[in-house]
Amino acid sequence: MIFTIAAKELRTLFTSPLAWMVLTAVQLVTGYAFLKRLDDFLQVQPQLVQLTSPPGVTELVLAPLFATTAFVLFFAAPLLGMRLIAEERRNQTMVFLTSAPVSMTEIVLGKFVGHALFLLLIIALITAMPLSLSGSTSLDYGLLASLFLGLVLLALGFAALSLYISSLTTHPILAAFGAFAALLVMLLVSETAGDGVRARGWHVPAALVQVFSPLKNFEPFGKGVIDTYAIACAVLFAIVFLVLTVRRLDAQRLRG
Amino acid sequence: MAAVMVAAGKDGGCFINAHILGIFRRHHKPRRLSRAPSPMLASFDATTISARGLTRRFGAHTAVENVDLELKRGEVLGFLGPNGAGKTTTMQMLTGNLAPSEGEVSICGIDLLAHPVSAKEKIGYLPETPPLYRELNVDEFLELAVRLHRVPTAQRREAVARAKQRCGLTDVGRKLIGSLSKGYQQRVGIAQAIAHEPDVLILDEPTVGLDPNQIREIRALVRELGGSRSVILSTHILSEVEAICDRVQIMHHGRVVYSDSIAALKALQSGRTVVCGLERPPAEAELAALPGVIAVERVGDRLFRLQLASDGEPSAQLVARAAERNWGLFQLAPAQTSLEDVFVNLTK
Repeated sequence: MIFTIAAKELRTLFTSPLAWMVLTAVQLVTGYAFLKRLDDFLQVQPQLVQLTSPPGVTELVLAPLFATTAFVLFFAAPLLGMRLIAEERRNQTMVFLTSAPVSMTEIVLGKFVGHALFLLLIIALITAMPLSLSGSTSLDYGLLASLFLGLVLLALGFAALSLYISSLTTHPILAAFGAFAALLVMLLVSETAGDGVRARGWHVPAALVQVFSPLKNFEPFGKGVIDTYAIACAVLFAIVFLVLTVRRLDAQRLRG
Repeated sequence: MAAVMVAAGKDGGCFINAHILGIFRRHHKPRRLSRAPSPMLASFDATTISARGLTRRFGAHTAVENVDLELKRGEVLGFLGPNGAGKTTTMQMLTGNLAPSEGEVSICGIDLLAHPVSAKEKIGYLPETPPLYRELNVDEFLELAVRLHRVPTAQRREAVARAKQRCGLTDVGRKLIGSLSKGYQQRVGIAQAIAHEPDVLILDEPTVGLDPNQIREIRALVRELGGSRSVILSTHILSEVEAICDRVQIMHHGRVVYSDSIAALKALQSGRTVVCGLERPPAEAELAALPGVIAVERVGDRLFRLQLASDGEPSAQLVARAAERNWGLFQLAPAQTSLEDVFVNLTK
């Protein structure tokens, strides 16, 4: 049932121009970023070889490309997530799912999987760009895998958050804007408060802040560090918002 | 049945002709039985939906209060009431889209609140606004509907084809729902509700916004479907209820204020019932003794409801007798028997 709903989400998404426009825009932006960085790298390469342990193309081109992708997801997830529940409510199609013999958890997970799969497609397309270099140079596949994993975790978190915000309203635009604002707040919080709190030795609040700082959790993966603490935080982040979404929809059935 | 459908299936209105000819009702049930899986056989005459003491409050406002409802297989219940009477809220509770504040619902013996998933498998629901994904085509959408209702993979194709045939959608399978006219969209809405062969069909104003031909088609379809399952139909059109329902319930201010069978209502209509008002009424026995009067019922201080024989001129005799004995006849009118009278009287 989860995959039936996920397939339905993807199908309706791909029949709308939104999906294709997002994919096109993302490819243009990241494609340009990739080529520009590659060009810069080729220009500085003669100087780099004089260093004792020069950074390779993976570090200098791919890591920044994936950081750009993280920001692309930052915009894409709320924009694509707004349809999930808010638009179904607005079109009064949500009742099609809630009348069917599927549990609320299955509906939420189905929508989450559908949304996450689309974000995964964006990540896969962007990952394909550096892989095109694999014929002509040796890539650091370890770092590439770490970057990929980091982005996937980030996408899961963003998908869960935008799904939850979408369940709060019947206005798709409001859902998109709300999810974007929430992500922005989390970004700012992770930049400042997290470190301040940790410096004072408040470990539990610091850990909580870290759970709600998806971009902060992406950082270690960008350096090729598989940080289990960051993985746990990212997974927890997604679970929290999925549970909240189920509860929110159930409450609607109970309270009307 | 299949032969009739195929033969007449070239246009969308095929089922009307078949129905008018009386082909459907007679052949429908036995054929269904022979093809249906055994659990359906076992529970064929059983109560399919029963609700007891359904109450729904929104804060301090009580939208639905203490509604009881019971339907057997093959019955069509007309659900009437003015706007805001609580019909839609009741239907939302019956379909598991809204949790009741109090009361219980059971579908084919399964408690809807305790086991929502298995109970919902047996319900088909068409809400007031048909829930249609405009960006899918009819085939894709119906396929999704039967998938979500857990129809086994092997039977899906047949279920979709059957639903399309019944609703006259065979020719538009590959069209986008968003590009269809309102009447066709309504049919798609009904098709998604019946595709998984539910035991209980709940239709919230299925004919609203349709032209008279489409209304006729949908009525014929509801009547056909009512042969093998229970149908609850909410509507504002009273003639619709009289035409296709077996029973009627009228809701007003969240309560059921009238519940009767259409047959009883029709018997009342044909029985030539009059209300007569007398200033100085005689004993009831004296009225009952009048020629042509079958039954007398006192409905007020000076008001009597008389059931008259259909032959002779009993009302003329009544007037003559009243004048002769100085009863002071001040009113002689047909009793309220039409559904419209009942409705207006109970809900104004």
